[in-house]
Amino acid sequence: MDPLTAHRFHFAFTVTYHYIFPQITMGLALLIVVLKTMALRGDAVANQAVRFWAKIFGVSFVMGVVTGIPLQFQFGTNWSRFSAAAGGVIGQTLAMEGIFAFFLESAFLYLLLFGERRLGPRGHWVAALLVCMGTWLSGFFIVCTNAWMQHPVGYEIAPDGTIVLTSLWAVLTNPWALVQYSHVMAGTTITASFVMAGIAAFYLLRGEHLAVARRSLSLSVVAGLIASALAAFPTGDVHARLVQKYQPVTFAAMEGHFHTGDAAGLVLIGQPNVAQMRLDNPLVLPGVLSFLTHNRWAATVIGLSDYDRHLWPDQLELLYYSYHVQAGLGTIFIGIMVLSSLSLWRRKLYHRRWLLWILMLALPFPFIANTAGWMTAELGRQPWLIYGLMRTADGHSTQVSSGNVLFTLLGFMGLYVLLSALYFFITTRIIAQGPETEPVQDGVEPSRGGGASA
Amino acid sequence: MTMETLWFCLLAWMLATYVVLDGFDLGAGILHLFVAKNEAERRQVIRSVGPVWDGNEVWLIAAAGTMFFAFPKLLAVALSGLYLPLMIVLWLLIFRALGIELRHQLDDRLWTQFWDFAFAGASFLIAVCLGAALGNIIRGVPLKQDGTFFEPLWTDFKVGPDTGILDWYTLLVALTATLALTHHGALWLHARTDEAVAERAGRLAGRLWPFVCGGALATTLASIRVQPNLTESLAARPWGVAFPALALAGLVGARLLCTRGRAALAFLASGAFLYGLLASAAIGIYPYVLPARDPALGMTLHDAAAPKSGLAMGLSWWIPGMVLACGYLAYMYATLPAKFRVRHRADH
Repeated sequence: MDPLTAHRFHFAFTVTYHYIFPQITMGLALLIVVLKTMALRGDAVANQAVRFWAKIFGVSFVMGVVTGIPLQFQFGTNWSRFSAAAGGVIGQTLAMEGIFAFFLESAFLYLLLFGERRLGPRGHWVAALLVCMGTWLSGFFIVCTNAWMQHPVGYEIAPDGTIVLTSLWAVLTNPWALVQYSHVMAGTTITASFVMAGIAAFYLLRGEHLAVARRSLSLSVVAGLIASALAAFPTGDVHARLVQKYQPVTFAAMEGHFHTGDAAGLVLIGQPNVAQMRLDNPLVLPGVLSFLTHNRWAATVIGLSDYDRHLWPDQLELLYYSYHVQAGLGTIFIGIMVLSSLSLWRRKLYHRRWLLWILMLALPFPFIANTAGWMTAELGRQPWLIYGLMRTADGHSTQVSSGNVLFTLLGFMGLYVLLSALYFFITTRIIAQGPETEPVQDGVEPSRGGGASA
Repeated sequence: MTMETLWFCLLAWMLATYVVLDGFDLGAGILHLFVAKNEAERRQVIRSVGPVWDGNEVWLIAAAGTMFFAFPKLLAVALSGLYLPLMIVLWLLIFRALGIELRHQLDDRLWTQFWDFAFAGASFLIAVCLGAALGNIIRGVPLKQDGTFFEPLWTDFKVGPDTGILDWYTLLVALTATLALTHHGALWLHARTDEAVAERAGRLAGRLWPFVCGGALATTLASIRVQPNLTESLAARPWGVAFPALALAGLVGARLLCTRGRAALAFLASGAFLYGLLASAAIGIYPYVLPARDPALGMTLHDAAAPKSGLAMGLSWWIPGMVLACGYLAYMYATLPAKFRVRHRADH
């Protein structure tokens, strides 16, 4: 295997696996804060729901932490030439994540999970809010880092080729980052809403834990509706326009738009055939792509054939599918949540078994959509590591051979199979046990004054 | 003091704080199978590190981030050169965290035994790896003309020009580090638990102490021989002798305080010992951040540092950020009970 491919696959695998967990925890942290706020106003069922969802949150958080630590180090281990050149910029946002977000999360997570009795309702609410802030800040700094690689700002190039930070403020307020962040956070809220709705629907279909299930379902359906609407408009729409403006080759590849033409159509389905430069079996809405990008039905949209092949993303077909999968699933999510919200509004949701079945079975799909969305961003940035500044082929650690990379990649794969089995086992147990009525007495955290608590 | 030296000190402080804080939960992990003999005691040990291990590990993450923007070339060269041991440490960190966090999810003997073993074994191996890593930095790595290196896990175990991660010197540092962290963990358990665990931990701390002294002495002598810069740097900065003196005072203080029943102070003294040792190492390699086997090829502060503008911008958020972080952590430590008491089964 050539070293570049090995290094790319190493990062792709570990980061893709990692992001299964933060998308649950960031979104779920927000929903827990909402539930906790309802509890503070005297809603005892909401408080029970918090205790239940906090358990799912806790296990997911641990998985996110342990799979996240390797990523921080892989910049240096696997992408040393990139790190040496760009560390002065992206090191800042990565360090800010550690200092502003991780310390905050680590200090208050235990209090959220096990400190309810000790802190009292208000204190516990504050702990939930601070943990939520920590997870959302963490997401912000990571998106700033990625956005700088997509659309570098606030820098200049020194004579020796190093990238010199000129304005940290510009990096933190990068327009790309703000759009990407709102889109990513909408995505995590969709995942958490579908997880919550799916498990609540499971309980309702089985006729168990009805009070907690109803409270959770009503919240998650409303949150899911808002988040899936926001993911499409304005965040997804504005994001696509940014890509079209600053990464036009990527945009053409995402859309499967091979040839420049007026009144370009929006491709719904079709298989890109790069050798023949066309889509096989296409299903196209005529003129819509022109309208979406230029607000005119007849506008010209530049196609791939107008760009030099060396500028094309190298995984063109995968990029095309990633984009279509996320956009297609995103549309379906809006449909499911509109239906569910209407049923909720007409007080029929809890008894519409076919809709509960759909909600339960829809649970895995937001994970696919979020993953496909990130694949669109990362494959779309190719062949650049920092768009327009540094090619991916110039960034990896040349002194680390592909044999060594493959050794650790296989190690991570094995370890992550084990993690998946453990995560699945523990979460299904928590779901099978269902919500409890008492605050968590887990045997880890003693109540104030120590000693036996029961 | 130049901006580069300031960041060298801040980075050294963060890494040392990581060792002092994660050190005690690693040490508690190493002792887990020896000080805790039954289920109630095992739970007690895990409870005493459960709320803090994550925050302690964040120091490592935050230090790595700080190194990334302040000394990007150091991060790039050191992490890729130490590729294999670093990845192995990452796997061990995963296992260890699972041991702490998953153990209590299921009340089953095989399940808890497995995670007890994972927690203890991974804690031990991480301590060994941290020591070996420190040994590699002090001894110097085989940097080449192009400014990079890639170290195999071992070569001929000699401190020659083509070293591996493990040689007699780094193994000695690894042994000393493991002893020192185990001693540190024993003092934590002695101070913060009760009944049998606290007693056993106190006794073990006493038995380990002479070995820690021996290891520290042997490592100091070997380091002076292996890295000539150590004595040169101290000769140029005589005030730096304060750090080895702090280490010595901490080590002696830990023993005296422990025998006089001042367990909490003994633990703090052990922390001062670790701070003193690591600060001595930092001043000993200065002005290098990554010494090389061939001194002419060593990476200095100046070679590794990011441009001054970035370093100055970093200070503007790093200071308030760390003040906040220390505030949360102080609050979190203050909410911990003075003693993690053993809870026997009948209580549940």
